[in-house]
Amino acid sequence: MASITIRDVRKSYAKMQVVHGVNLDIRSGEFVVILGPSGCGKSTLLRMIAGLEEISDGTIAIDGAVVNRLEPRERGCAMVFQNYALYPHMSVAQNIGYSLKVAGVPAAERTQRIQAVARILELEHLLDRKPMALSGGQRQRVAMGRAMIREPKVFLFDEPLSNLDAKLRVQMRSEIRKLHRRLNATSVFVTHDQVEAMTLADRLVVMNGGCVEQVGTPAEVYSRPASRFVATFVGAPAMNMLEGTVALDGVSLLGGSRKLNVSRAGLPVGSKVAVGVRPEAVRMVAPGTPGALDATVDLVEELGAGRVVYVDLDGASFSVVTSETVHPEPGSAVGLQFAESDLHFFSSETGGRLDVFKASVPEAAL
Amino acid sequence: MEKRVTFGKWTIGILFAVPQLILIFTFFYWPAGQAVYWSLTLQQPWGGGNIWVGLDNFRSILANADYWNSITASLTFAAISTGLAMVIALVLATLTDRQLAGSRLYRVVLIWPYGIAAPALALAFRFILAPEAGFMAAVNKFWPGFWDPGLNGADAMASVIVAFSWKYVGYNFIFFLAALQAIPRSLIEAAAMDGSGVIRRFWDIQFPLITPTIFFLLVINITESFQDSFGIVDIMTAGGPANATNLMVYKIYSDGFRGLDYSGAAAQSIILMLLIILLTIVQFRFIERRVHYR
Repeated sequence: MASITIRDVRKSYAKMQVVHGVNLDIRSGEFVVILGPSGCGKSTLLRMIAGLEEISDGTIAIDGAVVNRLEPRERGCAMVFQNYALYPHMSVAQNIGYSLKVAGVPAAERTQRIQAVARILELEHLLDRKPMALSGGQRQRVAMGRAMIREPKVFLFDEPLSNLDAKLRVQMRSEIRKLHRRLNATSVFVTHDQVEAMTLADRLVVMNGGCVEQVGTPAEVYSRPASRFVATFVGAPAMNMLEGTVALDGVSLLGGSRKLNVSRAGLPVGSKVAVGVRPEAVRMVAPGTPGALDATVDLVEELGAGRVVYVDLDGASFSVVTSETVHPEPGSAVGLQFAESDLHFFSSETGGRLDVFKASVPEAAL
Repeated sequence: MEKRVTFGKWTIGILFAVPQLILIFTFFYWPAGQAVYWSLTLQQPWGGGNIWVGLDNFRSILANADYWNSITASLTFAAISTGLAMVIALVLATLTDRQLAGSRLYRVVLIWPYGIAAPALALAFRFILAPEAGFMAAVNKFWPGFWDPGLNGADAMASVIVAFSWKYVGYNFIFFLAALQAIPRSLIEAAAMDGSGVIRRFWDIQFPLITPTIFFLLVINITESFQDSFGIVDIMTAGGPANATNLMVYKIYSDGFRGLDYSGAAAQSIILMLLIILLTIVQFRFIERRVHYR
């Protein structure tokens, strides 16, 4: 178990900077998930912790000791790779035991520890097979075993589930969670899959364009996104965003065609904002209901347990998650209603969250 | 409905194959057949047909100490030049694989030696290794008589081996580099995470994974060292001094076309062919077992 301290870490390739000054404290025994779209620098950050990428600037410390200049093997990290990276010419047992062999652990102890790990991962009957003869899920487990056997201070996962099919992914996800509870080792997990991130993380780190956008528990990130990017990236379907301008008596939306009656506490009249509301927080009511926005149904997606309804709001697309009992028809008119407490405001210029609208008029109205 | 193209008559299919069959027959089976025929007969010195002598040609060759000397020289040459060419190429390729800047240039530059005709490169090496004026002259200056391929058989053999290896280092390098680059980078990284250092990673991960390439190159290098050495020997040493570099392929030429013993030379060709076949079978039987195909 170990804590990881990341200070002002940057990574540049030639003239391109891909990670711009990341600061992060990972506590001992914590399961941290780094979430972001592809190319946001999340894997690069992970590989810098592992020692597979050089750190261009800043420091990474494990348990208080700066590891910038240490070889991967000296850092006490174990890593699970996206493509598993199993040694194709070695059996499962040899794959799992390779690090012990390199470390010079006697054969008897090695066998014993391989057996112990294999038992946990239910790989005992596969120990003599080559990776070629394994299924995706089994390979994944071998890769986990290879990381576990070293009893590392830190586990690093580089999108380890993205090569599995949907069902197996869910299963492996809960196994990783269980394993973490059992070993309680500090873990850093990189993914672009927000469901994976939400379900696994003690704390979530959302990255975009080489910067950390927000750090927080999954619930915090979901309910109080720190930026417009986080708001639209976390949650499915994505949060609805409407561009607006602060007016004297609220926020005028969509070039003035709609209006939200909210207090504009502190914001100068005329400043541009983005108003966000989660599809789950929108209620569908009869058209013309006082205090609702009128819209036209565009498309209905059946989810079984509910539906995603895409509506047209003066040319802007807006999605609503409804319960099973509501059956809107494409082309019909509906009213959209939501509590002001469910609204999120972001600056149109910086994308940052604006909290000045809190505690004002309770209901949004036309 | 049948989508494949089919021919109504089997003869049309045969007709398409005929040009290739003619080529193979004319340039491979016919000469090989002729060599077998000649090796079993004695060519009359003044013309007038061949006399059937059975295996007499083989008996006389195999009873000749010069011929056994030639076989020993060929095997020595094959073993050392293959070893050198492969080890040097593998070292170069491994270094290039680690530090990829400029590797495209190496690839181009290192294939060139293979494209140089054997006599041309032999001539170059004859100058480079000349005891009186070349690169080795400097050594001779401090240690007189150290290097003289014109008088010393071992020096002559070394010169021929160096020239031949130089040509094949480039060829082997290309294959080794391609094989090394085909190994997923994450495997090397995983081994690094497992605590394995550079040398250990090479022996535990990279070497086993390129064994198919190593095996392929071994077969090619050994075969070529028996066949492709002619031009180099002819220009650099002409088989001398005192037959020290009289390799089998060169002896076939000198006995046949200088000594005018066509029948004996034909018998030697058959023996060389059988030797290469035998060596290849041995390699497939005993070395291929240790190859890990992915």
